[in-house]
Amino acid sequence: MVVSTEPADTRKKPLQVIEREEITVRFAGDSGDGMQLVGMQMTNTSAMFGNDVSTFPDYPAEIRAPAGTLAGVSGYQLNFGAHKLRTAGDRVNALIAMNPAALKANIADLEPGGILVVNDDAFNKNNLAKAGYTENPLDDRSLTRYQLFRIPIDKLNGEACAEAGLAGRAAGRCKNFYALGLAYWLFGRSMEATERWIKDKFGGKPAVADANLRALHAGYYFGETAEMFPARYVVGPAKIAPGRYRKVTGNEAVALGLVTAAQLAKKPLFYGSYPITPASEILHELAKYKNFDVRTFQAEDEIAAMTSVVGAAFAGAFAVTGTSGPGLALKQEGIGLAVMAELPMVIVDVQRGGPSTGLPTKTEQADLHQAVWGRNGEAPLCVLAAATPGDCFAIVLEAFRIATEFMTPVIVLSDGYLANGAEPWMLPDPAKLPKFVIKHPTAESGNGHGFWPYKRNERLVREWALPGTVGLEHRIGGLEKRDVTGEVCYDPKNHHHMICTRRKKIDNIAETIPPLEVLGEPSGDLLVLGWGSTYGPITTAVEHCRAKGMSVSSAHLRYLDPMPKNTGDVLGRFRSVLIPEMNLGQLLAHIRAAYLIDAIGLNKVQGKPFMIQEIEDKIEELLNHHNGRKS
Amino acid sequence: MSTASATVQLTAKDYASDQDIRWCPGCGDYSILAQVKKVLAALGVKRENTVFVSGIGCSSRFPYYMNTYGFHSIHGRAPGVATGIKITRPELDVWVATGDGDGLSIGGNHLLHTIRRNVSIKILLFNNRIYGLTKGQYSPTSPFGKKTKSTPMGSVDYPLHPLSVAIGAEATFVARAIDVNTKHLEYVLERAAKHKGTSFVEIYQNCTIFNDMAFEYATGKETKDDTTVYLEHGKPLIFGKDRNKGIRLHGMDPEIVTLGGDIKEDDLLFHDERQAEPSLAYLLSRMHYPDFPEPMGVFRCVERPTYEDLVMGQVHEAVKAKGPGRLEDLYDDGETWVVN
Repeated sequence: MVVSTEPADTRKKPLQVIEREEITVRFAGDSGDGMQLVGMQMTNTSAMFGNDVSTFPDYPAEIRAPAGTLAGVSGYQLNFGAHKLRTAGDRVNALIAMNPAALKANIADLEPGGILVVNDDAFNKNNLAKAGYTENPLDDRSLTRYQLFRIPIDKLNGEACAEAGLAGRAAGRCKNFYALGLAYWLFGRSMEATERWIKDKFGGKPAVADANLRALHAGYYFGETAEMFPARYVVGPAKIAPGRYRKVTGNEAVALGLVTAAQLAKKPLFYGSYPITPASEILHELAKYKNFDVRTFQAEDEIAAMTSVVGAAFAGAFAVTGTSGPGLALKQEGIGLAVMAELPMVIVDVQRGGPSTGLPTKTEQADLHQAVWGRNGEAPLCVLAAATPGDCFAIVLEAFRIATEFMTPVIVLSDGYLANGAEPWMLPDPAKLPKFVIKHPTAESGNGHGFWPYKRNERLVREWALPGTVGLEHRIGGLEKRDVTGEVCYDPKNHHHMICTRRKKIDNIAETIPPLEVLGEPSGDLLVLGWGSTYGPITTAVEHCRAKGMSVSSAHLRYLDPMPKNTGDVLGRFRSVLIPEMNLGQLLAHIRAAYLIDAIGLNKVQGKPFMIQEIEDKIEELLNHHNGRKS
Repeated sequence: MSTASATVQLTAKDYASDQDIRWCPGCGDYSILAQVKKVLAALGVKRENTVFVSGIGCSSRFPYYMNTYGFHSIHGRAPGVATGIKITRPELDVWVATGDGDGLSIGGNHLLHTIRRNVSIKILLFNNRIYGLTKGQYSPTSPFGKKTKSTPMGSVDYPLHPLSVAIGAEATFVARAIDVNTKHLEYVLERAAKHKGTSFVEIYQNCTIFNDMAFEYATGKETKDDTTVYLEHGKPLIFGKDRNKGIRLHGMDPEIVTLGGDIKEDDLLFHDERQAEPSLAYLLSRMHYPDFPEPMGVFRCVERPTYEDLVMGQVHEAVKAKGPGRLEDLYDDGETWVVN
């Protein structure tokens, strides 16, 4: 990276082209500035070019906080690389800040020497005051650590839009495309896909389409002609498995997985949900797929969403709800009913910062205890967690398999990072997806006196008899029932037996799941164990440390209850186990309790994912400590 | 509604499960259970296509005593469970048994929204104006000043009136009956069973243990004719032991008048359960003892597209417009690229 200590626009140097393995760009502006939109455009363009990409939007809970304030800053971070990427990037290499507030909120993440493009026009007295600056940071030499490029984006964009007959606020709305054009030039990207998108999107409003195209082009050609930038940066294509790809966020992947599971099982998909950040997109996505016999129900509250799902499962649908932490808390009594009734369903919890309302738009992993132990009584169920945005698709299929094979509710944990983060996703071949064959007892196959709801197979799983089947009329509910026959039963020994049976049934799921895999040596000084969205930074950090010759391996738990049968064996083969989590040590407690292992936590609860570097530092610290003890 | 084929004619007994009934002797729930079974038999309803859903409380044990499909859910949440069933399987007949605490206190929100959506569910609200299963606390329908275990100095909660709530929630079918008037209860239940959309029936139900005689005014031989008025569509509101009293509108308010002299039947308020605007039904729901006779019967019965029909209508419309979904199309969002 070329480092400048002087404002770059004072120099004229021949244009360099610098090749990089990966680059992280962040667009930041007001929440109404369209930063998410242009971030996604650049993501698509980079993916189509052949880079691996990983993105993470960072937006405020307020829809349109007062313009120019810190509360209203919205950002979109894109990491594109010539190799496999698992995170949206630790440090920002290039920041595009549309106003002082965006600069202030994001500058700490820009690497020293990084590219800083600012909309110079927005740094007026009013905006500076709103962002809490007493001096203009562009003038006071506080930014000398960065390559600062002051560009009058408002003015230049306005001139470009004027040619399309757009002025004032309407023109102002195009400035995100001006910034995008500039970024395209800076990183050697083609404008073609975005041009297509603009024409498609604003087809009905030719003047708007024209203005946006002009803004895009003006930004691009400004980069080319202004001779302001000493270098352009290029990132070559990554080695990616051949196939047809699209970009997918975690929430989109959940929706695609749910529809797929229902289709494969030839069942209607019932999705009962109450809007909640950051899970609402699942409902929005599914509402588009009604031609797949998707029946969405926006319930009056989280509780009704949950109980409607219990009813739908009883009636034979593939029944699903989605929510976030506060909603999961409200659903717990209904989930307990589902545990008692032993009905198959999936509960997707897109975790966010808590407790209470917490940080609605930020990520966290603090619902693990709530998922595993959050209900009254002994109420075991299966808990899974997705590792990446794309994995949300696979995990939902697996959740459906387990739910129906074991007649149990399954909680799938995602989080704000996975939900809104995006990565390339290879379109699956429907013919190669698992087959789900769901069997319901018929009048002829009645299993007892009519139908005994708690008659179980060798795995302790009961049958799923559907209303409408002659002769299998039966009653279930939240009161304890006698095993096998299912009548209300207060017998002490039966209760103990049923409590143990429900637990054993969940434990039996472990017979059907893959063993815990270790990346790296199967034994050694240190194992870094992760779950959920920490997969990306953990795996990358461990790869980096291994490349430096350290004795460290990693393992990732997608199954949290039950855990893979070999988990204890795997953990026992390492001198130390490190568990990085975006909570205060929830998996840590689980692991310590289950395996009596003195695992070590690395905990970060800032509403932000781990940086790779943070995990690397901890690994080094632990290994140095070991080595110190050895010597 | 699903009706049995002509070959098998079920009787009321055929709808009874093999479970011992555990309500207190003399409980009004027995009568409701008996009339429900009679109505199902009379209508030839198929057991296998019928689901009773309940919440928590004495009334909510109801499903265990029916030889149909049944779900005894959690406190206040039966409407949610029932809605999930109905959206999944619109062909099933879904009933909800609930009480004044289950339906109007902890489950008030669900009741409101289920009624608003007009999901075809038959909601029977057993109103005994007390919490029975938790042993005698006041409920949202207990009168102001009611002395109970939790209100030894008298309740300072103002009660709400179930039918006013249902009408306010845009109910398409609203009715009231009394447990001991079995013939009329049977009639009301049959009407509820036949309605498409949410049927909401308030049943005055005596709790012999914790609130005995709460409805004595409306059931006592000496008083009932003067304290209740039975609604009939298209007929004037006449009541009283000698059927010489009526309800007349004075401006927007009802008043009790005595027939004879200047006042003729034609001057009285005529019941119209099919009025599109629910004003009349609401007015009737506000008539309370001791100021007025309390109306019994069908207050309101209007047609409106049901929720499950609308949901399935959109599914069919989407299939018609886009064709049945194919997974290949699902995955292709129009912005794909190929890596070779």
